[in-house]
Amino acid sequence: MTDLLRIADREFRSRLLLGTGKFPSLPVMRDALDASGTEIVTVTLRRIDLDSPEPNLLEFVDRDRYLLLPNTSGAEDADDAVRLARLARAAGLSDWVKLEVTPDPRWLLPDPVETLAAAERLVKEGFTVLPYIGADPVLAKRLQEVGCATVMPLGAPIGSNRGLKTRDSIAIILEQAEVPVVVDAGLGAPSHAAEAMEMGADCVLVNTAISVARDPVEMARAFRLGVEAGRAAWRAGRAPERAVGEGAEASSPLTGFLRGTA
Amino acid sequence: MTGFGEELAALPMEELLRVATEAAPDTVERALAREPLDLFDFAALLSPEAGRRLEDLAQRAHALTVQRFGKTVQLYAPLYVSNECVETCTYCAFSRTNPIARKTLTPEQAVAEARLLRARGFRHLLIVSGEHPRHVSPEYLGTILRALAAETPSLSVEVQPQTEEIYREWTAAGAEGLVVYQETYDRDTYARVHLAGKKKDFDWRLATPDRGAAGGMKRLGIGALFGLSDWRQEALRLAAHARYLVRRYWRCFVTVSFPRLRPAEYADTLARHPLADADLARLVCAFRLLLPDVGVVLSTREPAQLRDGLVRLGVTQMSAGSRTEPGGYSAPEVPTGRQFEVSDERTAGEVARTIRELGFDPVWKDWEAALRG
Amino acid sequence: MAERSGEILLNGRPRILTPGQSLAQLLVELELDPRWVVAELNGEPLGRDRFGSVTLQPGDRLELVRPVAGG
Ligand code: SF4
Repeated sequence: MTDLLRIADREFRSRLLLGTGKFPSLPVMRDALDASGTEIVTVTLRRIDLDSPEPNLLEFVDRDRYLLLPNTSGAEDADDAVRLARLARAAGLSDWVKLEVTPDPRWLLPDPVETLAAAERLVKEGFTVLPYIGADPVLAKRLQEVGCATVMPLGAPIGSNRGLKTRDSIAIILEQAEVPVVVDAGLGAPSHAAEAMEMGADCVLVNTAISVARDPVEMARAFRLGVEAGRAAWRAGRAPERAVGEGAEASSPLTGFLRGTA
Repeated sequence: MTGFGEELAALPMEELLRVATEAAPDTVERALAREPLDLFDFAALLSPEAGRRLEDLAQRAHALTVQRFGKTVQLYAPLYVSNECVETCTYCAFSRTNPIARKTLTPEQAVAEARLLRARGFRHLLIVSGEHPRHVSPEYLGTILRALAAETPSLSVEVQPQTEEIYREWTAAGAEGLVVYQETYDRDTYARVHLAGKKKDFDWRLATPDRGAAGGMKRLGIGALFGLSDWRQEALRLAAHARYLVRRYWRCFVTVSFPRLRPAEYADTLARHPLADADLARLVCAFRLLLPDVGVVLSTREPAQLRDGLVRLGVTQMSAGSRTEPGGYSAPEVPTGRQFEVSDERTAGEVARTIRELGFDPVWKDWEAALRG
Repeated sequence: MAERSGEILLNGRPRILTPGQSLAQLLVELELDPRWVVAELNGEPLGRDRFGSVTLQPGDRLELVRPVAGG
């Protein structure tokens, strides 16, 4: 049985989404995308610097192979985010959008109030919306209710590489989710990605952990394996842990009352 | 977003049933320790192999129940307001063609019943009636709800399925909870036992909790009537339904119930697929493991000794001292038809005392809308 | 309205407008490959198919944006 990731009306074989930021060069980025096996790649819209033209990102991303997922990075409120999403769509990039509203420049933590407001507007305008959020289960439910295609809770602050610090909240989100859950931000090592996948996350999004590694291409391959291992483990149903030490003391029998009944 | 009808059709029943009948010891062992469980783990807990691990299941279920609900059991009483019914359900005494004495309470009579129950301690009442569009119209039930809401902190209804608009009117009138049992999730069996009337519409009934939640109901109760069809299949589909409701209506408190067929006047209540006591106990435990926050409701259909034992395994709500005919608490001179024969005939006070002896706290009221009551 | 010279605001900076210039012509002047450019004129997104037909007017606010690497 093939194990496909289904987001909105599309299916993907890879469960690793990649961000394109901070790679040492565009050719390295291209090779890392290739090694990761990813099928969804995020990009950002920025004003063109008319004084010093840069090489073109899109020449290094094969659009037949990767779904471009424009994000609204830089948006500080819902209006900004909607504007950026519309621009991306008008430019023919995509009507999928990774919604990010991060007024806090220090930690780039998402603003839940503005994110929900923007999500509602974008869904109404026909966008496929993938919102980046703090690991808040209630917010995740609210975003599903307004029609988001996924929720993307953070594992730790973006770029921190600290792993699944929000593990317990993500477990609740996973238990309740009716749309795919993408663990985004904070995953610093393939083992973190594997941990998220073992818990039942549908996919993960990784950027800095790959792009700033000493060898980004090799790290991209490592994340691919981490995600695949975690997913396989989830599907296989891992064996339970056993208490060590005092363990669970057996309490008095609870089913004795059934003797003597039918 | 899709409704439960689609999910029900898409359940991999064949594979689930294979696990539910053939699970190996290791599979059961793993299911017992997983957190959270998925439907396949749940299926493993229904297997004959898991039957041999009942005590382990019970220990886990007990620990989870105490963790999530504390050592409490909420007590409620059914208040039958009418036994008029236009439906033809083979297992029910109220069924249209049965020659029972019919009665519909006036609002004053309903209030009198509620006062008797209040004097016994009850603060949570479940309004029950047959399905009759004229005798038990939405307007009639709205009137009953308004009359009772003034004196009753918590009201639920178990009556004919309605539209979202009517549920909105009822919640405005004071109803907080909606109980509707699918009776059986097996479409063939459903058609066999529901011979005529609106109730034949399986899908309309199936989507009733969705309409209730949309209409503002805060508590959603579902269940299947065990004995009509294979119990493992019923349990799997009921579990899927409960899980769907928990996920979709995350603002609501969801409860499940596993009523077993009971003798009822003029009705065919022979269980073609009996659910043994030990398997009922297993269902209580398995649901607790799959859905730790879902309430498990147990009525007086079950005998006293069994009910007492199930308290520690995961039951969170119980009726007590129940009468299943309209006006039954007021003990009228002219008897009216009962829906079914209760088994646990103890008074509410006796049940509460036993719960206390088991180390649990009987709670008459634990839920109330803010600023109300 | 008669065509006249004036200024537009391009990416937040004033720029002298060549009278009657279309957006497509401006991009040629700036040596920008239109395939990679995303344009927003006076707050409204502009599809690529309209680059040739839109004539810039004095006082227009034009944003030229493009996809860049980002998480
Ligand atoms: S089960 Fe309900 S609908 Fe069916 S006959 Fe009895 S009261 Fe009427």
